[in-house]
Formats: sequence, structure tokens, C-alpha cells
Amino acid sequence: MTHVGLEHYLVVSAALFCLGLLGVVIRRNLIVMYMSLELMLNAATLALVAFSHHQPPSPHGSPLDGQIMVFFIITVAAAEVAVGLALIVALYRKRQTTDVADLASMKL
Amino acid sequence: MEILFYIFSALTLLCGLLVVFNPFSRNPVTSAMFLVLTIICMSGLFVLLKAFFLAAVQILVYAGAVIVLFLFVIMLMNIKEEERQRFRKFGTFLGAAAVAGLAWILVTTVMNSRTGERSVANNTGETKELGELLFTNYVLPFEIVSLLLLVAMVGCILLSKTSETEEEAE
Repeated sequence: MTHVGLEHYLVVSAALFCLGLLGVVIRRNLIVMYMSLELMLNAATLALVAFSHHQPPSPHGSPLDGQIMVFFIITVAAAEVAVGLALIVALYRKRQTTDVADLASMKL
Repeated sequence: MEILFYIFSALTLLCGLLVVFNPFSRNPVTSAMFLVLTIICMSGLFVLLKAFFLAAVQILVYAGAVIVLFLFVIMLMNIKEEERQRFRKFGTFLGAAAVAGLAWILVTTVMNSRTGERSVANNTGETKELGELLFTNYVLPFEIVSLLLLVAMVGCILLSKTSETEEEAE
């Protein structure tokens, strides 16, 4: 078994990102699309943590910069989920559906 | 340690796939549960990358808060199943083809970048170092993010409040 390096993690991250993107493109349920969005965010997070772990020491910045960025991504994702789900609930109250095919008109 | 990486990444990808396509159930609750599993396996990967604080935060925030929010909304709306599955062959095919192209580009880029030779560092993300960095170099982003959370909270309250004119109309 070969040594697990940075590229292994990056391939996993790329695959997870593509899974999330596929979910957003193919699934028609707003909530499942939102979950796929979370998968994509998590894939980016994994790539950043892997970069941070493998960063060689340098005079510019700390090796933990990537992890700090992930910390902020998680915070912003939590805020985003709260607002997005509130929007979905408001939309559901108006239209009684979460299928994007039924939400094709701009008029409420 | 290597075998753990393969186990965790295989589980992450499998559960991620089951979030998106579950052949046994079209219920959004099942997707949410597999999202929890994906996130837990991913925090296992974080531990392998020695990002201990982030692994804990990942479980607390995602598996704890975000998924509860998802489940709460799903049950509030009382969605049973996706009633009808209008399968649009053309759109699905085009979407899958586009995503496959993107996957190919990403993987070939990673493979050609030859990062392996330089990846010698072995950094650890303990809570202490992260906290020190957060309150010295990153104070301003930290404060801005706290403001963002406040704005999100106000936005949620405003969005989920039914306005009085609307209640009169009903």
C-alpha cells in the first residue's frame, strides 16, 4: 500500500465535490439540493485541511492558515443553512411545494 | 494509518453517493441521515490530518446543528416522498456529462501537479494554536463573522415571521 499523501486527499475531495454538484444538477427537491450544496462545501473544507497539513514551513504566514479558513467556512455555512432553510420554509408556505420544477414562475 | 484513510474516504464517498442517489428511498430524511454519516467519516479524515479541533467542530456544528435544522424543516413541511418522479432523461444526461468532465479535469490536475515530493510537513491543529492565531492575526475576520451570524439570525427571524397584513388577508 502506497504512502498516503496530499494528492490522495485532493482526489477524495474532488470526487466529493463532483457528487455534490451532481446532486444539485440532477435532484429536483430543494432540500436535497441544499444538502448536496453542503457536500460541496465539505469537499472544499477537506481540501483546505489537507493543504494545511502538508504545507511546508515558510516565513509567510502560519501553517495553520488553512485550518483557520476552514473554521470561517464552517461558520459561514451554518449561517447560510439557517437563512437558506428560512427562505425554503417561506417559499413552501406560499407555494406548498419544494420541487424546483413547480417553482418555475417568478410571480409568487 | 494508511488503511484508515482508505476506510474513511471510501465511507465518505459511499455515504455522499447515498445522499444524492439512494436507490431504496426517495425520502429527504434518509438523505439527511446519510449526510450525518458523511460528515462523521469526514471528521475521521480530519483526525488523520491531525486537525483535531476542526474534527470536533465539524461534528458539533454539522452533525449537531445543521442536520437538526434540516430535519426540523423536513418534518415541519411534512414531506413524505417525492411524489412523482418526473425523470428528465435529457437534463440528467447533460448534467452527468458536465459533472464527469469537471471530475476528469480536477483529477488530472491533481495527478499532474506532483505534490507528493514536497509534502513533507506534518502540521498539527491543536485548539491552543488555532485559538492564538484566531485572536491575533485573524481578529478582524473573527469579528466580521460574528456580525454575519447576527445578521443571519435577524434575517431568519424576519423571514419566518408572518407579516400582519398577510394574516389579515388570510
